[in-house]
Amino acid sequence: MARANPATDPLEARLGGLIFPAGGAWAQEARKSALARLRAQGLPGRRDEYWRFTRPDSLNALEPDAAQVFDTGDEPPVFGEIDRLKVVFVDGVFAPDESDPLALAGIEIERLGDATARDIHWAQGLYGVLEDRGQTPVARPFAALNTAFAGDGAVIRVTGKAAKPVNLIYRHESEISDAILHHVVKLEPGADITLLENGPAAARFNKVLEVEVGDGAAFHHIRTQGRDHERQAVTHVFARLGAEAVFKSFTLTVNGRLTRNECVVEMAGDDAVAHIAGAAMGDAERCDFHHDDTVFVTHDAQRCESRQVFKKVLRNGAVGTFQGKILVKAGAQKTDGYQKSQSLLLDGDSTFLAKPELEIYADDVACSHGSTSGAIDEEALFYLRSRGVPQALATDLLVLAFLADTIGEIEDADIGADITGRLDAWLQRRRG
Amino acid sequence: MLKINNLHVKLEEEDKQILNGVDLEVPAGSVHAIMGPNGSGKSTLSYVLSGRDGYEVTTGGATLDGEDLLDMDPEERAAAGVFLAFQYPVEIPGVGNMTFLRTAVNAQRKARGEEELSAADFLKLVREKAKALKIDADMLKRPVNVGFSGGEKKRNEILQMAMLEPKMCILDETDSGLDVDAMKLVSEGVNALRDAGRSFLVITHYQRLLDHIKPDVVHIMAAGRIVKSGGPDLALEVEHNGYSDILAELA
Repeated sequence: MARANPATDPLEARLGGLIFPAGGAWAQEARKSALARLRAQGLPGRRDEYWRFTRPDSLNALEPDAAQVFDTGDEPPVFGEIDRLKVVFVDGVFAPDESDPLALAGIEIERLGDATARDIHWAQGLYGVLEDRGQTPVARPFAALNTAFAGDGAVIRVTGKAAKPVNLIYRHESEISDAILHHVVKLEPGADITLLENGPAAARFNKVLEVEVGDGAAFHHIRTQGRDHERQAVTHVFARLGAEAVFKSFTLTVNGRLTRNECVVEMAGDDAVAHIAGAAMGDAERCDFHHDDTVFVTHDAQRCESRQVFKKVLRNGAVGTFQGKILVKAGAQKTDGYQKSQSLLLDGDSTFLAKPELEIYADDVACSHGSTSGAIDEEALFYLRSRGVPQALATDLLVLAFLADTIGEIEDADIGADITGRLDAWLQRRRG
Repeated sequence: MLKINNLHVKLEEEDKQILNGVDLEVPAGSVHAIMGPNGSGKSTLSYVLSGRDGYEVTTGGATLDGEDLLDMDPEERAAAGVFLAFQYPVEIPGVGNMTFLRTAVNAQRKARGEEELSAADFLKLVREKAKALKIDADMLKRPVNVGFSGGEKKRNEILQMAMLEPKMCILDETDSGLDVDAMKLVSEGVNALRDAGRSFLVITHYQRLLDHIKPDVVHIMAAGRIVKSGGPDLALEVEHNGYSDILAELA
């Protein structure tokens, strides 16, 4: 097959700016096959139904737009109070000096490059595999691009109960960094791990996380994305759940010119549970804020429960979008599927676009979805102010209250408290 | 303390006049009651004094200790000492009652240039005040007014009043929705706050509440004005004869 001309084809031009990483045979195979997928798909455009709400142009561009590094001042680090294994990446490159030694009871952890260099590795069964499964029925070109070109990442096999959470910390130093990270997590049956992620990572960040949750295993995922105003991120989580497996993922996003978070979950074993939650808070006063949550949950087993809870607080022309789908395959009886997406619009300039979808081929299921968009409750606001709470603080209290049930999806009380406290402090900083 | 002078108020969105020249003076340390038929403007008066949106003052004014109340934001009025006990306290899902109370107490202290209460001091104070109103730990932990019974909501209003220690307390139909026991409890809470430096404006339909919270002066409001003022006996007269006699006598 003849290659398209990079001078005229935007995908070839984009690929021209990327370096195909070295590695062992299996990894090369996985990368080549991802590249073939990407070439078959092409880069997304405005005409793609799946990109109707979000412009992919700046993600397609050869070079990332510059993003100033956000000064967090004397704020204590996110998850700083949690006893955790720190794994630090600076502008998309593992930083061993800043990281803890890669050793923890209950898990095996190594760098992606070390895993892919080997001829035989368990990650062969996962790397690019869940991503590939997640490409049907909807193409996710940036995930394929990630599998083909990711230069670094963490490869984690959880064999028992992880002695403490693993914290992937993404620092951003260069204003023009363009980072691609790919993590693979495999939970053996009955295993248990909490994965924390925080930080902006880069000016432009492309991240894929593939997670295989074995029978009876539990995966808890809590992340906060960096507050650098101009940063851009496209992230994918691909998860596959075995019988009685538990998958819980929460994301907090504050700031960011463009964020597209996709979460693709396959309920493959009976009686599995998946909860996906997201809280986003955007203010487009300083620069654009566009936050896109795109979720696809496939029920392919019986008696599974899935929940999607997404909330957005938008002001000064910020834009939030939600595309959420629950697909219930034939035979996935007793499915309990739930989806909620809500926005709080703090002014008339901000926009929320939602596309909830249910597609059901089984006849004994309970699935529901709800999407709402509203302004602040004036009655509640007056009640608070009449007690002496200044308007800005009263508004923030109501904002926190609005987001509370997404944070409520975090099971660990200390981590939930860290997130709530963080949000509270960030709102306070904003009030000045 | 509170001086209302020829206050005329209309709805902002509609050409509807609600208050037609209210004159009222509540001295420090006294309890004044306002009674009146439905639609006479009692609740509007309480909202205008506390700063709710939607009303337009066309003539007249109101001052608290000489300061122009109507010029202030609701939170400034609160810090200056105005407190409205709502007829229908608002439910705020997601905001814990305790967080709400602490935020309000400290916001007012901050506005007045006082030091904020420490978490320990606040907790001690709130427990003490809550106990007197039979508000248990669970009610303090729950979101503001969410799932509270009518009586619990009103007790929660009085708890806020006790914590905030306002100078000018306005009670808007605090007796509505209360059974006899709850009314007694709420009244005891109010009476415990009676003080030489604190005034009350008690808005009610019924004389019943005034058996528990004994007023110094009773005003009758009709068609947006105070039409008659008198001692506690005036409330008894209303109880026995209704408003029609009083209104007829003025006509």
